[in-house]
Amino acid sequence: MYKGLTIIFGFYFMGEVTAEIANLPIPGNVLGMIFLVLALGGGLINLKDVEKEAEFFIDNMSIMFIPPGVGVMLYFGLLRDEFLPIIGALGLSFVITLGVTGKIVEVLR
Amino acid sequence: MNVLGIFLTISVYFIFNKLYQTKRKFYLNPVMLSITSIIILLYFANIEYQVYMESGRILSFLLGPAVVSLAVPLYKKRKVVIDYSTQISSGVILGGLIAILSAFFTAYLLGGSEALLLSISPKSVTTPIAIGISEQIGGITSLTAILVIITGIMGNSIGVPFLNLFGVQDKVARGLAMGVTSHGLGTAKIIQENELSGAVSGLGMALNGVFTSFLLYPLIQILMSL
Repeated sequence: MYKGLTIIFGFYFMGEVTAEIANLPIPGNVLGMIFLVLALGGGLINLKDVEKEAEFFIDNMSIMFIPPGVGVMLYFGLLRDEFLPIIGALGLSFVITLGVTGKIVEVLR
Repeated sequence: MNVLGIFLTISVYFIFNKLYQTKRKFYLNPVMLSITSIIILLYFANIEYQVYMESGRILSFLLGPAVVSLAVPLYKKRKVVIDYSTQISSGVILGGLIAILSAFFTAYLLGGSEALLLSISPKSVTTPIAIGISEQIGGITSLTAILVIITGIMGNSIGVPFLNLFGVQDKVARGLAMGVTSHGLGTAKIIQENELSGAVSGLGMALNGVFTSFLLYPLIQILMSL
């Protein structure tokens, strides 16, 4: 278990340090994910050493979004001021983007 | 009061997740219901968000290692992902572009302020990238963060029914649509349906984040000058 956690947090740390030093607009966790895929692909990291721990984090990802989601309560005023354009733009853009992205993959297949 | 946030989040999520597991109805989405009820509880108990976040932030901190962990399903499904590389890159480019343009122009047509147009443009990418972009183009970062989360909640709750409505059946297509449209919250949902979809969704989220962070600054200059 500690081996897997060391790998995951190690790559997270590497990602953060890289983003900081190179002044990239990409967050450390996304870079860490890219680095870890490369390390798995290059045989530097063994899938078995990290698989169980990674699956634990992924299986429990939904609950981690709740605290930032509750932060919406701080901005009710802001949301109310432009309620119509916000709801309209988010709703329409969501439906169009989801449909087009899904369809384009299927059409090109 | 320190432990309040984490206790409240876990217990409320436990109840709504249980409810969702038994009923399996999309409108009983546990993330959406938990957020709504915690807001109501805090409001009536007169507890500030900062107090809730004292321990609530422990859970949101774990999003960091969770995103890194998405490397594992992506690596396990690498053969399919490579096989689909043309479709995936086309989907990210087209989807990423449409996410920005449709949000920008709808908000514009409905009378949104300039600050809103700038803040809403990066709403489909993962929160830390979106905040960075919003800052760069002159949006309100806290507003962007909220719009990103609302977009994610939509993906988590109504993403799957909409994919079914559109007749999108391909596992890669479903995953990519969720990741490009609704970042981590979309990924968290679709990975429960299928591992391949989840892997592609995580990849779509990462690629769209990178794509949007390079595209949006020049694109906004053009859009705002129209």
